[in-house]
Amino acid sequence: MGKGIGFAFDPDWMDVLTAPFMANAFAAGLCIAVAAGAMGYFTIARKSTFAAHALAHIGLPGATGAVLLGLPVSLGMGVFALGGALVIGALGRKVSERDIATGTVLAFATGLGLFFARLSSSASSQMQSILFGSILTISDGQVLGFAVFDVLLLLVLAVIYRPLLFSSLDEQVARAKGVPVGLMNVAFMAIMAGVITIAVPAVGTLLIFALVITPAATGNIVARSPFKAMLVASVLCLVSIWGGLVLSAMFPAPPSFIIVTLSTLFWAIARGVQHLRR
Amino acid sequence: MTIHSTQRSDDCIVFRDAAVTRGGRLIWQHGDFAIPQGSVTAIVGTNGTGKTTMMMAELGLVPLSHGSVTVLGKPAGAMNRQIGYVPQSYAADIDANLTAEQSVLLGLTGTRFGIRPVTKTQRQEAAQAMRFVGLEGKERYRLSEMSGGMRQRVAIAQALVCRPRLLMLDEPLANLDLASQHALVHVLARLNREYGMTIQMVAHDLNMLLPILTGAVYLLDGHPHYSAMNEVLDSDLLTHLYGTRVQVVTTPQGDMFVTPSPDQTGDAPVDTHTAAEVVAFHHHGAEAGAGRED
Repeated sequence: MGKGIGFAFDPDWMDVLTAPFMANAFAAGLCIAVAAGAMGYFTIARKSTFAAHALAHIGLPGATGAVLLGLPVSLGMGVFALGGALVIGALGRKVSERDIATGTVLAFATGLGLFFARLSSSASSQMQSILFGSILTISDGQVLGFAVFDVLLLLVLAVIYRPLLFSSLDEQVARAKGVPVGLMNVAFMAIMAGVITIAVPAVGTLLIFALVITPAATGNIVARSPFKAMLVASVLCLVSIWGGLVLSAMFPAPPSFIIVTLSTLFWAIARGVQHLRR
Repeated sequence: MTIHSTQRSDDCIVFRDAAVTRGGRLIWQHGDFAIPQGSVTAIVGTNGTGKTTMMMAELGLVPLSHGSVTVLGKPAGAMNRQIGYVPQSYAADIDANLTAEQSVLLGLTGTRFGIRPVTKTQRQEAAQAMRFVGLEGKERYRLSEMSGGMRQRVAIAQALVCRPRLLMLDEPLANLDLASQHALVHVLARLNREYGMTIQMVAHDLNMLLPILTGAVYLLDGHPHYSAMNEVLDSDLLTHLYGTRVQVVTTPQGDMFVTPSPDQTGDAPVDTHTAAEVVAFHHHGAEAGAGRED
């Protein structure tokens, strides 16, 4: 087979795909797709895509700090992301002020994450997988945690779906009509922290946007109702992750790269078609 | 606190010595008036006099620092389910996909927790509201594909779908072309005439609204006053109110117009003060019923 740069096809790819760690990766992909597809829509409707992106970075020092202390990466990530989410949620939705505060904390958190990583060699070695994801190393326990999160997410969404939608699309009217918009804001940010925490192992903190926001943006272009847009986003997210797993088994490219490439490709095609139709 | 004007059961909005302070700054005070049901009123005043704040206070979304505001017989905020509210932000970019019909339906379903599929009755209500504002056949249009005027109609249909007794609109004429302004005034006139709906709106330009207005709340000197229409249309008052020379003209058609004279430049002294100045120096006696000391 061709060596060199060789984007060589691996004839044994089926063996790779049927390996036990792949089962976990596929299961994790499904859990992530459900959560990201549902919440991505609200993130865009609330104009909170930057805040969602920032949560992943705010989780970074939690992740590297957890490694430093010998705790699970997801735990540290989750705790920091949740803390960041509640602070950003408390800042309200006045976009200009909030974005500056969010961006400042984002930069500081990333620096802190680097500092923690440098304090120990094990954290340092995990830095790359936290930044760029390592979906192939997801454990049974993590998959179980993801599944539990998904069930909780769907239960909560079933209860708050319409008020959350109303307050996301038209906060002023929703508030006048008696929707508890402050509570909805905190609930949204807290759920988002969870979504980010389970999505980071797949593509890492740096590429998370393409997995949580981009499919939802594509769904918005393709579908005509919020619910359908969420379904489309989930399917696209799933196809991106599973496609990334399959293609990375066939070709020597990291799954994260192929996942974000597929997600970006779907979005670019949808935008292109939309543009031509107008 | 003595109540100087007899409170009638058909009053829609009643202010009793109401005052609002935000961030330590007094916005307005001594709001003491009653707006009857079935009226069409405009809230007028220069920028920064607290027109939108007044609407927020009526919705119970801004706390009063003094006095009380009663809307539809209950303290402000308690009857919001029977109030249709159309904020100015309807024109803001919609990032999410949503059809006109879905947006209108949120006016019925958006406050409800739990899994509740949209019922046939709710769809019919939405269709009826959309027909009323002239959006028939546009149910499947996305908000992002609609013009500002159309989106405003969607926002009004959303406000109407719960069959409100009071409709509040914040700057409904802003950003609309002449034809859309006419169409809006027509819709408001029908709502008032056919359903007896009380309508209140924040407005800068009274001309377009004159045919349907029955009165106005003017935020003149740091506190809101309510007057029936013929009293508001006074040149001196409007000049004072707007901070620029304003004339009232009665035309052969009987319509009255409020027109800033074109030769008015900055050099002619006009008896005006900024809202902040007026609030600071203009203190009535604390007892209710004190008139304006001119």
